[in-house]
Order: sequence, then C-alpha cells, then structure tokens
Amino acid sequence: MDTQSKSRVAVGVVAAEGKKRHKGAMQIYPYWFFVPAAVLFTVFFVVPTIYAFYFSFTRWTLFDAEFIGFSNYVDFLNDPQLSSGLVHTIVYAILTSGLKVVISLPLAFLLTSALALKTLFRSIIFFPVLVSTVAVGITFSILMQPTSGLINSWLRVFGISGPDWLGDPNLALISVALVDVWKGLGIATVICIAGILAIPTDYFEAARLEGGTWVKFRYIIIPLSRNAIFSIILLSFIGGLRSFDLIWTMTHGGPGFASDVLTSVIFKQYQAGFYGLSTAGNVVLFILVTIIIYPLQTFFHRKEIEL
Amino acid sequence: MNTRKLIKNLWLDALALVVIGVLFIVPFIFIFLMASKTSQEASRFEFSWPSQFLLIDNISAVLAYNDNRMLLAMWNSTILTVSSVTLIVFLSALAAYIMQRRPGRVTKIASTVMLAGLVIPPAVVPTIYLLQQLSLYKTLLGLIFVEVAYGLPFAILIFRAFVGSIPRELDEAAVIDGASPLRVFLQVILPLLRSAMVTIIVVQSVGIYNDFSHPLYFLPGSQNVTVQLTLFTFISQFSSQYNLLFANAVVITIPALILFLFFQRQIVAGMTSGAVKG
Repeated sequence: MDTQSKSRVAVGVVAAEGKKRHKGAMQIYPYWFFVPAAVLFTVFFVVPTIYAFYFSFTRWTLFDAEFIGFSNYVDFLNDPQLSSGLVHTIVYAILTSGLKVVISLPLAFLLTSALALKTLFRSIIFFPVLVSTVAVGITFSILMQPTSGLINSWLRVFGISGPDWLGDPNLALISVALVDVWKGLGIATVICIAGILAIPTDYFEAARLEGGTWVKFRYIIIPLSRNAIFSIILLSFIGGLRSFDLIWTMTHGGPGFASDVLTSVIFKQYQAGFYGLSTAGNVVLFILVTIIIYPLQTFFHRKEIEL
Repeated sequence: MNTRKLIKNLWLDALALVVIGVLFIVPFIFIFLMASKTSQEASRFEFSWPSQFLLIDNISAVLAYNDNRMLLAMWNSTILTVSSVTLIVFLSALAAYIMQRRPGRVTKIASTVMLAGLVIPPAVVPTIYLLQQLSLYKTLLGLIFVEVAYGLPFAILIFRAFVGSIPRELDEAAVIDGASPLRVFLQVILPLLRSAMVTIIVVQSVGIYNDFSHPLYFLPGSQNVTVQLTLFTFISQFSSQYNLLFANAVVITIPALILFLFFQRQIVAGMTSGAVKG
C-alpha cells in the first residue's frame, strides 16, 4: 500500500485522473511479471551471498556449523599462503586491466585508420574472446614450456633464451596475466573502436590542420574516448578480481603458491573440506570487489564526458 | 604524394598482418596441427606439418573415448546452454518490461540488487549447501537455475534499455483493444525486442557453453560432465597423448567458430552494448 501511494506521488498527475491512470498502469504492468526472475535471482544468488557472511564465522562441514568467531579471517590473514592470494589477486587485476587499456587503445586507433585489412584484423583479434578459457589455458601452457615450447623455440632463433614462463615463481602470475590479456584484448579493442567512432569528425578535421598522427592520438583520441577507457578498466578489473579458469588450468596456483589468487584459494580450501575457511575467502573477495569497484565507478561516473 | 601515402599504408598493413598473424593465428594453427599428429609427434610440441594427417581419426578417438563420454558431455552442454538461455531471455524480458514501465520503490530496490549481481562474485560453497537443501546439487536442473540467476542481471540491463525505446502508447492501445497484460507482452513487446534478444542469446550462449568453474563446483560426477570439463579432465587422462587432448580442444571450439562466422556482428554489438553509452 505504501509503495502504491509513493509511486502515485511520483507519477505526479492531477489527483483524480492520476488515481485512475495509476490503477490502469497496475493492471497493464502487473508486478507478478517480475516474480520468476526475482525468485530465481534471490534464491540462487542473494540467499547464498547472505549465507556466506554467516558461515564464514563457522567451522563448517555442510551438515553442521560450529561458530568460531573471526578465527577463519585470522587464519586467512596470518597464513602467508592464503594472504598472498589476496595480493596476487590485486596484482593480477591491475596488470590485466592496465595492459588491456595500454594495448587496445593504440590498436583501436590503428584499426580505425586507413588499413585495407582492418575488418579482417578486428575479427582475428576478437575470436579468442569466444574460445573456451580451458582450451586457451591448455594451449598456452604447452606453448610456454621452457625447452620444447614454441615461444622459447622461436625466441632462440633470435638468440634470446626465454624464461621458464610458468615454472618460475616470480614469473608465473605475470605469464598467466599475459595470456589473459591475449584472450580479452578483442573485447577491449572493440570497445575502444566504438569509443573512437563516436567522436564527432570535426575534431579530427581540426587535428588534421594542426598536426600529424601523434597529435590526433594524444589530444583527441585519448581524452575523447575516455568513457570507453573507463569501461575497459572497470570491466577488466572486475574480471581480473574474479578470474579463476585461466589460472586454474595453467598453473593450479603454482608453482607452490606463487600464482594463487583468491578464487583459487577458495577452490583449494573447498576441495580440502575447509568450507568455513573457503567461505571466508569468498567474503574477503566480496569486500575487495566492493571497496575497489564502487569508488572507481563513482569516480568514473563523475569524470564521464558528453560528446 | 598520394602514392607515397598508399605505399606507407601498404607497409603498415603488411606489418600488422605479420604481428597479428604470429600472435593470434599461430596459436590456433598450432592447436590444429597438434590435433592432426600421431601421439609421438605431438609430444615434441613442434610447429610442423604432421607426417600423417590424422585429424579425423583423432577426433573420432576422442568421441569414442571412455564409452562415448564426449557425446554425453555434448548432450549435457547442449541441454544446459539451451534451457538456461531460454529461461534467461523470457524471465529477464518480463522483468525488464515491468522495471522500465513501473518506476517506483520496488523497481529501485530490484535494480540496485541486480546491479550488485553484475559485480559481486557468487558465494560458491553456500550455493552448494543451498542446492543440497533443495536436492538440486549434482543435477543439471540445479546448474541451470544457477546459470540463470547469474545471467539475469546482464540480460535485464540490455532489455531495459530496449524497452525504453518502445512507446508506451503501443501497450496502452493494445489494452484498449482488450488484450490481457500477458498478451500485450507476448504479442506487442516481445516481437519488438528481437534484436536485443539475438544479442542476449548469443552472448549468454557463449558464456554458458564455455563456463568451466560453475560446472566444476555445482555439477561434479562423471555422469554429469560438460564439454569444458572433458577437456580439463583429459589433461590427466591423456598425459602422453597430446594429439587427443588437442583434438578434444578442436571439437569443443567448433561451436564457437560456427557462431562466430554467422553472428560476428551481433556478438560484437552485444558484448560492447553493456559497456559504452550512447
């Protein structure tokens, strides 16, 4: 009843007419249309999320749960194997989203220029987006083999002795991040292309009089495709913080714990039967995502430009 | 002057072709070559033409392996993808229609919660617990519901923008003609949402078909295998038979390739539509 009267005010029509009209609106647009989606979303997403907060404070076997306070969180932050996952997650997200922006913007500039084969190039770069992450992970873990792998064999032709991409603890996380960039570059580039194409052509006319390609890129493309850049950063940051498939298929978080991220820690603890600890990891991930993404979103929203 | 520019562009084209070819085409040719070799040849990981071309033999070996497990996986993945996407499309269109047409407190709360669903990662173990309580754990139906729940926010976001471009007068006219609300939705609104629907179908199909972590968590067990898990579990089973491992990769990539050839434009439009305004 309260909702009805509120929205009646919101409709803001003349009193008597408004009442009638609103009643009509209710009949044309019944709330029960919303119910199936709301029920599924609530039961399978919202309820487990709320559960997570409770069970993260317990020692949990799925059959019974013993309340143990902050113990799981203390374990999480004190155990270097677990807490390093937190650091790796942030490093991975920054690395992948940063590289995607830095590579995709010049690439999009190139692919909106006068290249004859630009449509073909766009398709080729986009295709990995559709390929299964597991297939990509397996392929690259073979390409990155230290001695017989194709990458190091080809580097050897140029006299470079390539590193042990996935076996070196200092490099494993970065190697996986590079493959992530390879796979996701298509989407970032397509977003950038859309951003560049949305810039009114008179800006480019002006730049042509003023100077060359660099001027065009630096003073028109970069500032005016800001919205696209923000989108890429947000999307790939969210993706990076949540990413699991590629890391799991390529390194299983290894060597040791060198490329463990929060999602792989959650999976390992789940496999080991530490459900409470695993869920605490999940809550840490919620909090991390929320404290990074929402401020970023608000900041970007304020800086957004209208063309 | 003009010819010089043309030559410069040609150079740029050739350079880009080499760089993009090495970075983006070579890995796929590598998969294809590995999948066509004998197991001894494949284990050398070389980028070379196979001495015998065995792609078809390797693929049929993969399909027949372990009591036609791959065929079972393909069947499961098809059921999973088709039913999840169908549910996502209908439920999100219904919800988006109401959310766009009836702004108010209910809608405001709903859209806040939905937006959170786009960003916040799902809580995995509690979801397993919940599925167990509902006797849906390790069932395809349970996984379908989970995929639908995770797919709804994006679909609603896209549909809402599209519903906004359909004039209200259209629904009102249909009501005056005596149509029930459900008929208005099915016969007036839904047909007008066609292009958004294609976008959602394509994007969600790719996502759910390629999904690895959710089947891993919510649908364990050899009877329930999906195509992405076949590839993952084959790593240990085919430890010395890389030719079969890559033949498996080829098999599960074919649907993506077909989709790409036919729907490239819709896919690209769909995947960017959530991201760029205006």
